Amino acid sequence: MPGRNKENMNRIAKKFADIRKKKVKAFIVYITCGDPRLSITEKLIIEFEKRGVDMIELGVPFSDPLADGTTIQRASQRALRNKISLKDILGLVRNLRKKNVEIPLVLFSYYNPVYKYGVKKLARDLDAAGLDGVIIPDLPPEEGKILEAELARYGLDMAYLIAPTSTPQRVKMIARESDGFIYYVSRTGTTGRKKTLAKDIRQKISQIRRVTRKPVIVGFGVSNPEQVRMISGMAADGVVVGSAIIDVIEKNLGKKDLVKRTGNFVQRLVRASKQI
Amino acid sequence: MNLPDRKGYFGGFGGKFVPETLMNALDELAKEYNKVRRTKSFKEELNYYLTQYVGRPTPLYFAERLTKKLGGAKLYLKREDLCHTGAHKINNTLGQVLLARRMGKTRIIAETGAGQHGVAAATAAAMFGMTCEVYMGTEDISRQRLNVFRMKLLGAKVIPVTSGSRTLKDACNETIRDWVTNVRTTHYIIGSVVGPHPYPLIVRDFQSIIGREARRQIIKQTGKLPDYLVACVGGGSNSLGLFHPFFNDKKVKFIGVEAAGFGLKTKKHAATLIKGDIGVLHGSLGYVLQDKDGQISLAHSVAAGLDYPGVGPEHAYYKKIGRAKYTAVSDKQALQAFNLLAETEGLIPALESAHAIAYLKQLAPKVGKKKTIVICLSGRGDKDVDIVTQYAGKK
Repeated sequence: MPGRNKENMNRIAKKFADIRKKKVKAFIVYITCGDPRLSITEKLIIEFEKRGVDMIELGVPFSDPLADGTTIQRASQRALRNKISLKDILGLVRNLRKKNVEIPLVLFSYYNPVYKYGVKKLARDLDAAGLDGVIIPDLPPEEGKILEAELARYGLDMAYLIAPTSTPQRVKMIARESDGFIYYVSRTGTTGRKKTLAKDIRQKISQIRRVTRKPVIVGFGVSNPEQVRMISGMAADGVVVGSAIIDVIEKNLGKKDLVKRTGNFVQRLVRASKQI
Repeated sequence: MNLPDRKGYFGGFGGKFVPETLMNALDELAKEYNKVRRTKSFKEELNYYLTQYVGRPTPLYFAERLTKKLGGAKLYLKREDLCHTGAHKINNTLGQVLLARRMGKTRIIAETGAGQHGVAAATAAAMFGMTCEVYMGTEDISRQRLNVFRMKLLGAKVIPVTSGSRTLKDACNETIRDWVTNVRTTHYIIGSVVGPHPYPLIVRDFQSIIGREARRQIIKQTGKLPDYLVACVGGGSNSLGLFHPFFNDKKVKFIGVEAAGFGLKTKKHAATLIKGDIGVLHGSLGYVLQDKDGQISLAHSVAAGLDYPGVGPEHAYYKKIGRAKYTAVSDKQALQAFNLLAETEGLIPALESAHAIAYLKQLAPKVGKKKTIVICLSGRGDKDVDIVTQYAGKK
């Protein structure tokens, strides 16, 4: 098939092909860029790659993160105190790619900063910096067409989200529109640590699986190795943890070994995703 | 005019920029609303409550002494301050509670700034035996204490919001977070013509009773259409309610008055249409106060109900096509107008509505005695007596 050989695949496609071949699950980290400083974000990304993380979602801090719980809200506030912008994050990624960091990196941003930056310019700059895709939690496929088209020109993925409240029709439509992978939001509600997983995750993943072969990743409310292991046992291709990692960062703010401690926690989650 | 279009756009503004979790709820709401908006039984039910409970139609009052005092155009006040609960907000909350009931939702949530929408939501929920929780910024809780007390009396739970600006913007954020979590059982009553489609449409339709009545009344009283319509604009529901039924009356000019706060040259204002640029806030694309990175700015107004960095997408459209003009008056001008209306007409306006009154000082003399202006007196000012006293003390 033209365009499907390995050289033409982007980092995301290569990663999921590899994951499936090895019959393990991808472990994906979300962090807010610039929390607490951009230089620490850079070190964390390098550390995560070393610890075996498969993909990283780079959160763009936003003043009004309405899909996020208190942990990520606080992370956003810390980053905004340093006036971290989309431009800074592009610079960070450019640097990392120069240092041969090859882990797939996906921009995770609310739509307003993206809109303000300009979607045309953003697609070009994301590609130039070395990002691989975009997730926008407040941009459903109905509104995403323009950005999607711009990203496609550079072979960048626009991944959409499916929620527990998505109707079968919407599941089908989103699965069709989503590029690179599909993000399944495991529960109604905002991001953040929860004691238990939603009861219907397994069933919802199978529902998505029935309509698409694209990789499916599961996030929102996943916070410990046990939960990562449980989801890794389902038919999804990967698990995302965000708030629980930011909690560790928050607890170690100002400490010299923040990066190492966060790395230790992340490594336990990585292992859980590979023991299936 | 048949806007919004099917996707919820008013000529490029609007849409649905929300998490996927809410998309189905919005679709269902749009479907239900489209079904009932033309249904006789729904219209009759709403009309019954608007008449017997809210006290509609509200009068269109010729403010003779204010007209004389300002020495210009004839001024007619649309008396939404006489609605039950003291502001136009109840027109919308009653309609939405009736909708929510039809959709089988048992819990109501709402955001509030000045507390007028919160009180109106709590009232409608109380009357239909529904649970009601209202999110309110702690800054607003302290400046609108009377309304907090009223909401509690009405059986609503007032949830203080301490994040960000601690005003209306962050109250909206928290309400959306609640809705994302409890969407299966809960209906979110948005208080203005903002938010994702179909809210700007629904709220505009429910508030259009203001303009439909005013149009009838002014023709009856003066034999012709007015020359100007003037109303304050925060999110923009009372103004759009007044303007919309006059849309095709091309000679009737619309003027929306935003809050200039400490002044348009400062950063402390809420003049979104005048000073903002295009962006996405709380689910729709329109004008937003924001910085160069797309971070939402904090608005400021002495009037809590105008203290919001966004504005309804239909207003953005009216601005674009030149159908309405938008201007702004400062905190100080609004406070002066508050006193002016009280002294000349015995009417204590809400600080929000006082912005519309304040603009008359410029407009009425300028356009002259032959012209007629209809002003929306969107609410009464009992809630603001505390804050006005504080400002008076500072002088």
